[in-house]
Amino acid sequence: MSHANTILVRVSAIEPLTPLIKRFALSPAAGGFLPAFSGGSHIIVVMRGATRVHRNPYSLLSPPNLLDSYQIGVRRMEVSRGGSMFMHDHVRIGSELEITHPVNLFNLDKLARKHILIAGGIGITPFMAQMEDLRAGSVPYELHYSVRGPEHSAFRDRLLERHGARIRIYHDSANDFIDVEGLLGNQPLGTHVYVCGPAGMIEKVVGTARIAGWSGSHIHWEQFSAPPVGDAFDVFLAKSGVSVRVPPDQSLLEAIEAAGVDAPYLCRGGVCGECRTKVLEVDGVLVHNDHFLSSEEKESGRAIMPCVSRAQCTKLVLDL
Amino acid sequence: MSVVFKANETFRDDFTFRNSPKAIRRFPLPFVDDEYMYSVNIEPHTPGPKGSVTEFAIDVDEHYIAECKDREIVLLEDPLRYQALPHMMSAQWDVLELIMESMSRDYPELFSLTKTGNRWAWTNRPLGIHTEFTFGDAATLPREPLDYITRQVQGDWVVMDQREGDLFAEAGMVTTPADWSLDFDIGMTFKEWHGPVPLAHELSVFTRALKFLLNLRLNEPVRRLNWTMTIHPRLDTSPEFYYRWGKDRASVTPESVADDAHLRVELQGLWRLPRSNGIVFSIRCYLISMRELASVPKWARRVHRVLKNLDPALVDYKGLTRYRDTVVDWLAPFDDGAPTSPGAGPD
Repeated sequence: MSHANTILVRVSAIEPLTPLIKRFALSPAAGGFLPAFSGGSHIIVVMRGATRVHRNPYSLLSPPNLLDSYQIGVRRMEVSRGGSMFMHDHVRIGSELEITHPVNLFNLDKLARKHILIAGGIGITPFMAQMEDLRAGSVPYELHYSVRGPEHSAFRDRLLERHGARIRIYHDSANDFIDVEGLLGNQPLGTHVYVCGPAGMIEKVVGTARIAGWSGSHIHWEQFSAPPVGDAFDVFLAKSGVSVRVPPDQSLLEAIEAAGVDAPYLCRGGVCGECRTKVLEVDGVLVHNDHFLSSEEKESGRAIMPCVSRAQCTKLVLDL
Repeated sequence: MSVVFKANETFRDDFTFRNSPKAIRRFPLPFVDDEYMYSVNIEPHTPGPKGSVTEFAIDVDEHYIAECKDREIVLLEDPLRYQALPHMMSAQWDVLELIMESMSRDYPELFSLTKTGNRWAWTNRPLGIHTEFTFGDAATLPREPLDYITRQVQGDWVVMDQREGDLFAEAGMVTTPADWSLDFDIGMTFKEWHGPVPLAHELSVFTRALKFLLNLRLNEPVRRLNWTMTIHPRLDTSPEFYYRWGKDRASVTPESVADDAHLRVELQGLWRLPRSNGIVFSIRCYLISMRELASVPKWARRVHRVLKNLDPALVDYKGLTRYRDTVVDWLAPFDDGAPTSPGAGPD
């Protein structure tokens, strides 16, 4: 079932930025403008391939005040679930895709007195939009952008043109690395640090900031690849007498709905308890992702919230 | 379906506020059952049945002009009912856009909005307002954006900033509160703001509600109903003016209860805001006297049962202690013990 929130877009431009990264411009298929958003937001791009559907998150890198199209940067990942390969190899100008409304899990702190942005590789993308917000304000900011070599520094010219001396680019190939200890060791009170890049870089920045005594509320990070949604599994709905296969990128609730069974729900976010369902039988483990069931209930294995939770098993029987 | 406004009714002094039969039928009774306890009763704010208070994102009803006038009276006397911290300016514009777009789309005969790039023109026919301004440039409006637009819409509006895994109430227009104060609460976290509510903390209601709201999505607003009771159809039951209305609670007699005691229902809406990533919380107050309510037999039975068996902690918190029994006694003859039909709507 497609999310109520999806928007049909058409690819209006594709531009290779580095040997591995392409920029895609997505324009609303119905014309007009896309919804406003805040810097740091991402969208989920729904790609309908021949054999399966991919749903990948991408940060919006276009300026938040330009809404005739969204721009995303897609790094080709050879070993992955396949969404980035689909974007690189199968998506053309004119291709239609579905996207969700933007979600921001990496927003700038509005009370910060200074912002330090640290990007590694494709992790630059959320900062592209955030720096447009920062550029319009009066709070100091600086970007430290680490890439493998000059040919990998996507957006270099645009960054220097828009932000000049606030940008520092580091090239691994020249043995030029960010001095994280030096950078975070002596900053004015009220400074916030944001990091987006490979897991090792995030660990390094967060760990260094903690050791240097930074408050947790002043350290922000986002990992730019979403974890896999889960393994596929089978569920049998006892009351309806229906067997349902839950694919990796679909929730249990969505799969139940797709099978034509009417299941209760309200928030679809694992909070309200409305979709709580009795588990009659399971031969593996339930993967509880909700905030509703108590830890005792989760351990008992007798109830599940299909809107967000899954199972690792070969047989799951629900009272539906 | 144009709205006939009762422009001269009052929510103070002589209290001439009344509901038309149509307004009674669409009253959002919050009781889906014959008993009441707190729950995370949040549902998607999607269009409800035609004519209902949830048909549109923002409901404009027969009390619109009179409520806007009452807000002006409150603000003249107590300007701190509107406040916005400096970092909330982008959220202010988000709220202005939400309100103008909703009202002009859903009530085109009353409101219109035209945009030429960032040049916007807003026309409010019921209040006789026409303003041309530049979206994003506060100097082109007569007041701050949130102040300007919330004087033209029913209900209180609180804007929250999202940071540190929490929501901070940092801007708002609050002239129709059920005994809470924006001036006192501004800057508070979600749980601090809800600190005085009994029982709900123990039920983890706010922990779950906060987790849910932190993930609230653009274009997927949610709503819930809350309720209390108020003596007289008084919108401004604020702590600031408690000395004016608190004593009313001791004035209820078996003779006055039918017209003085009002069920006060809040339709609360929550929207994610696009540019600021904040959340706006609207608290729209609907009032109905016991006499008006009892014109719907199902509601008289149900409200009688709910009030009779209400948890004592809630009776106290909602300020009903001094007159709850008088209301229950007045409603009792309407309750023949017959079962009530499912749902909250009238039969």
